[in-house]
Amino acid sequence: MNTAFRESIHSAVNNANLTGALGRFSEAYRVSRAKAYEGVDFEEVRGRIAELKSYAASHLNELAEIFTRNAQARGAKVFRTNDANAAAQYVVDLARKNGVKSVVKSKSMASEEIHLNRHLEEAGITASETDLGEWIVQLAGERPSHMVMPAIHMTKEQVAEVFSKEVNERLAADIPALVKRARKELRTKFLNAGMGVSGANIAVAETGSIVIITNEGNARLVTTLPKTHVAIVGVEKLVAHFSDVLPILKALPRSATAQLLTSYVSIITGPSPNTDGSLKDLHIVLMDSHRSEMANDPMFKEALQCIRCASCLNVCPVFRLVGGHVFGKTYTGGIGTILTAWFDELKQSEEIQGLCIQCGNCVDVCPGKVPIPDMILELRRRLVKQQGPSLKEKAAFGIVNNRRLFHTMLRAAYTVQKPFAKDGFIRHLPIFLSDLCEFRSLPAVAEEPFRDKFLKIEQPRSQEKAAFYAGCLIDFAYPETGTAVVQVLNKAGIEVIFPEGQTCCGAPARFSGAYEVAAGNAKANIDALLAEDVAYVVSACPTCTVALKHDFAKTFASLGLTESVPRAAALAAKVVDFSTLAKQLVDAGRLTLKEGDHLSRITYHDSCHLKKTLKADRAPRELLGKAGYELVEMFECDMCCGMGGSYSLKLPEISAPILRRKLTNIKNTGAPIVAMDCPGCAMQIRGGLDKDGAPIEVRHTAELIADRLDSGAGPRPGRPLGPASQAARRNEDR
Amino acid sequence: MTALFDTFKARAEAVSAEVHRFATKAEALDFILAFLRQENAADIPQSRVVWANGSLLDGVDLGQLAAQTPGLTFNVTRDAAETSKIGISQVECAISDTGTLVTDAAPVERRLVSALPLIHVAVVATDTIQPDMAAALVRVHPGQCGYISMITGPSRTADIERVLTIGVHGPSRLVIVFVDELGRS
Repeated sequence: MNTAFRESIHSAVNNANLTGALGRFSEAYRVSRAKAYEGVDFEEVRGRIAELKSYAASHLNELAEIFTRNAQARGAKVFRTNDANAAAQYVVDLARKNGVKSVVKSKSMASEEIHLNRHLEEAGITASETDLGEWIVQLAGERPSHMVMPAIHMTKEQVAEVFSKEVNERLAADIPALVKRARKELRTKFLNAGMGVSGANIAVAETGSIVIITNEGNARLVTTLPKTHVAIVGVEKLVAHFSDVLPILKALPRSATAQLLTSYVSIITGPSPNTDGSLKDLHIVLMDSHRSEMANDPMFKEALQCIRCASCLNVCPVFRLVGGHVFGKTYTGGIGTILTAWFDELKQSEEIQGLCIQCGNCVDVCPGKVPIPDMILELRRRLVKQQGPSLKEKAAFGIVNNRRLFHTMLRAAYTVQKPFAKDGFIRHLPIFLSDLCEFRSLPAVAEEPFRDKFLKIEQPRSQEKAAFYAGCLIDFAYPETGTAVVQVLNKAGIEVIFPEGQTCCGAPARFSGAYEVAAGNAKANIDALLAEDVAYVVSACPTCTVALKHDFAKTFASLGLTESVPRAAALAAKVVDFSTLAKQLVDAGRLTLKEGDHLSRITYHDSCHLKKTLKADRAPRELLGKAGYELVEMFECDMCCGMGGSYSLKLPEISAPILRRKLTNIKNTGAPIVAMDCPGCAMQIRGGLDKDGAPIEVRHTAELIADRLDSGAGPRPGRPLGPASQAARRNEDR
Repeated sequence: MTALFDTFKARAEAVSAEVHRFATKAEALDFILAFLRQENAADIPQSRVVWANGSLLDGVDLGQLAAQTPGLTFNVTRDAAETSKIGISQVECAISDTGTLVTDAAPVERRLVSALPLIHVAVVATDTIQPDMAAALVRVHPGQCGYISMITGPSRTADIERVLTIGVHGPSRLVIVFVDELGRS
């Protein structure tokens, strides 16, 4: 990571205005967004949007032709170009030809992408942004920090300062008064401008129309008062039919600002009369600039389904800490990372792609169904392929790919850590490693890994067998979780086997873009876990479960190793997470928990992979409820804890504040226990609570359930549950 | 129609629009004229009234009305609109489920009176209320109309510290006058 980027992160996370405003907004956003969607079937709406935008992405050229024909027939002039500079030049030339001295603009990201203001100024033409936030940022000489709320990083005092300078008069930091003053100043600019420049939210091929939405009403003035109107439109805004605007207008305001509809929607089809009776000089610049290349790449085509609502920014645990400036470009956040890699070049995304913690929050809310985290992983993979992994990662993955060496080193670590470990934690490390446990204690490597402990567990014999996939954390740091899993399954009459050949699930390598390493891990694990005929492959780590169930096949597919995909699918069919299986066993009457006891209050942390990918957020809650705990939900229970595997080591300055927020939410419930299904989250949260000193126990659901097994009831071998994946699939189909 | 109107009213008021309903054209006209008096309409800059003609005024002697009403003009120019406090126009239909007005804004005077003054008074026939946008955009379609303007509440921003502030570039008040008698011809 380069120093300048690290410094930009440092200054962002330490900017209290920015993180305060973004944090408050993102907390309120979830609630107001949900309210805005009341009575609307979001899945249905986004299904329609994804479908119509996908169609458009597959027919960009055809739709651009139809649009051009229809817009021209209505009297608009359409300029099509592949080149960002040519688009800017067209506008400059047009302004020069018409003797335009000043231009008013309503918000247009495409115009920012082509640096239109700079081009106009170089030609001696004044360009004024008229969206209030954009104008503030322009006067301050800054860049928008959010795609929908450009000046969210500034306080009213800072805005007053900027306005005061502009109008040469001391203005008070009074928001209504500042807005009123902006209205007056900008009104003069509207009335005097020779040209209005806008973007478009939608361009309709069938009718040659452009659709522009605003809340302030500036786009109506930009398109009404000056005699010339130029709309700069990226081809990804094209849709085939006029009826396609309906689902987009249903989702865009709700997702962007939690409004049922913005104050103004303008649908412009050909020139309308000017105020002097002449007809508007209407130009539409239809710009490709790498969009078609994206459409032709199957891994990135879906990015063109984005409707620019910025909800991916609003729900992102990282964005709300760092804001938009660290992205350094027009487009910010998760989708911005992807667009920057394409609209600029792949290398421009080298630093910013590392900001994604892969929690999947954005996938749940995206109205265009853009798989943003998967695309960011693909960027990582291509960057690693282009530039090679860092030396440090290369060394680490060299070890992970050699199971025997990897496990030998983990065992050796137990001896090495001895001077630093106490009560199962490492709280301080020598100076060169001290960053690793600055904001949370690390777990000590267990004296006896689970793979050794397992050999000593006496189990009842059974025809029904499950292979336990431990994963590195349970195997070497939290073996007690593994023991609990075996106890619970034994109680239901299932015999557990532990295939010795299992190794790291490959998630760390995959998340770092080292797909070859991940594929090596995948193959070793498939061989080990399919060697014996078992009914289930159980894991108590959601990240591992997702790797086994989904990512092995994806990794093979990305690398073109199609011959390995069927074996990955055979494994996936047997894979199930602990809580889903345990819940199924309880429901089938094969597992009984002690009843009638009222245990303490408990709060539950949703691990990203369990909730977002496996959709298994109900099973653990129902199990804990049956076990007698009183569940108290914490605020933002399904928000990432900041662990993200090696993310917390690479970006501790982001991981730490995410964790702090999580700890506050846990403590605010007053519950003495926080349960979770992921040993990674447990490592992060346990370490944070240890540093914090709060007397709250962190437990894996499996351990809490094992504690509540009804000792009276013997093993109850019952009818097999059928394919293990059924329950899991039911979750994911939900 | 009453259910559609009730939903419209609730949704529009939720975004700070003011909603009135009258049975007859005469009552609506009386309300508007009283509103102009109440807002101190006068023939001085920033107190004038621009009215883009609509069917509410069918049969009304415009010359006489303008002469009786201080500051009122039916000749909507850019300058008249810019120096007016109140703009009045008639819209094509309303959308119940979002509290939205839909107008064929190709005639520029309809945009001027609804965009430049501080207050926009919108007249709408009650029986044009549509349940949703899909139904409204069948009535007002780009095939016939070069500039469709949908309006939902007054102009607003939250660009400074996320504080909702009404009236940035457009009107700070939107007064909607439903008239049952209109359109029942």
